Amino acid sequence: MQDLLQPILNGILLGGLYAVIALGMNTMFGIVKLVNLAHGDLMILSSYLSLIFITWLGLNPFWSLLAIVPVMFIVGFLIQGFLLNRVLGKEMEPPLLVAFGLSIILQNTLLLVFTPDARSLMTDLSVKTIPLGSSLNLPVLYFVDFLLGCAVILTLHLFFKKTYLGRAIRASSDDEVGARLMGINTRNIYAYAMGIAMMTAAVAGVLVGMTFTFYPHTGPQYLIIAFGVMIIGGLGSMAGCLVGGIILAEAQLLGAHFTGPGYQLLCGYLVLLIVLGIRPQGIFGRA
Amino acid sequence: MPNQLALKVSELDAHYKDFQALWNVSFEVKKGEMVSIIGANGSGKSTLLNSIAGLLEPSRGSIEFFGERIDGLLPHETVPRGIALVPEGRRVFPRLSVYENLVMGSYTPKKRAKKDEMLTKIYELFPILKARRPQMANTLSGGEQQMLAIGRAMMSEPRLILCDEISLGLAPVVIKDIYKRLRQINQEGITIVLVEQDIKRSLKVANRAYIMLEGKVVLEGDPSALTEEQVKNAYFGIQPV
Repeated sequence: MQDLLQPILNGILLGGLYAVIALGMNTMFGIVKLVNLAHGDLMILSSYLSLIFITWLGLNPFWSLLAIVPVMFIVGFLIQGFLLNRVLGKEMEPPLLVAFGLSIILQNTLLLVFTPDARSLMTDLSVKTIPLGSSLNLPVLYFVDFLLGCAVILTLHLFFKKTYLGRAIRASSDDEVGARLMGINTRNIYAYAMGIAMMTAAVAGVLVGMTFTFYPHTGPQYLIIAFGVMIIGGLGSMAGCLVGGIILAEAQLLGAHFTGPGYQLLCGYLVLLIVLGIRPQGIFGRA
Repeated sequence: MPNQLALKVSELDAHYKDFQALWNVSFEVKKGEMVSIIGANGSGKSTLLNSIAGLLEPSRGSIEFFGERIDGLLPHETVPRGIALVPEGRRVFPRLSVYENLVMGSYTPKKRAKKDEMLTKIYELFPILKARRPQMANTLSGGEQQMLAIGRAMMSEPRLILCDEISLGLAPVVIKDIYKRLRQINQEGITIVLVEQDIKRSLKVANRAYIMLEGKVVLEGDPSALTEEQVKNAYFGIQPV
């Protein structure tokens, strides 16, 4: 039992990171019914932007958030406003294809600019641990990931609950025509929503960049994690993101603990399949 | 200014792709009036209201609101000018609370400052909405949802309220209650255009009535001056012998 504590603790902490990875994508799906296949790549774009920032200024990656979060808001706003809004509302496929195309363009542009070398956002936190007992350590970076992940979810939750813009985004998601009749310019609202989703992706990108290595083609790997979290937690649910993130991370880490690191991903997907079998709408999803 | 025109629709045509839904529709509403537009299903009543609110761009003709051309404007441009549509089927936001639904009514920047004042007013008009404040809108009864839809429209402090089939699917006692509140709203000086299939009730409350058939206005007049025969013939498209 004693040796299980470490993977369980790591799983919970990693779950917070997984949650923030999925958060933006889940928000967009919940609001615009848009499956943003470029979400992982946009997240990795943020990792690279942070890399440029810290290489130029020699600062801690956390400081880069101050610049990258607003930049990614603008990127998201423009992508939705000028690209995805044009194909919205017709059928499900056109936005999917546009997002897929965007994903390919992003990956190859990153490859061209940054070469295929693996990179990471170096921080001295990555080697620090706090001992919690004789055989249990708290990895500080994972802990920071978890705390920031939770903070982002809470902030987003409050934004949606308490602000005019947040409520207008929810209203547009509930009934677009009804929202337009309130004087809400729904096309604009979707662009704001994407901007906000990209702000969460920026945080996720910087955290992932600090925690793991990344290269231009890493995006889809995180897209799949985001899908997993969304399916387990429930499409469109924010609390579901956190719970889904923790379950997926636990499944992977405990799976690796019992069956070896080679089976880590398999165990994650097995749990995903089990959830799909028992509760297809996800834990917090609406039937 | 008495007898000032609130709304003037002239020679309006509207299309849904190839289908023409409105044919040369003209009608007027004076400030402070309650006007009924009556017609059977598919006679173009809702299309007319949607064109005024900006949900549908008319293909010909003009719409003037207090003297200003508004045809072709979008809802986020007509709402700040003082037009509110209570849509058919209510279209309340099911997963927002009653309070949040109402607040959305004052979304446009100028109206936000007056949010609290308007909320007090609406809670006075519909006390049930105050009691149901924290509840999700999808837990309300049909009548309560209709009150919420009207209250939400009122939040934008409109000069003109367009009501589309507000009695549809509601119990007679609830309809009576809602009409009573509408008269109250109208007495405060807010102009109201009612679209209804319920001939009797709408003729009873309205100052003037228009009857539509197959996308055209076929009869208009003071409800007390219109005979039942005239209305029936117009409604069903029966040619007088």
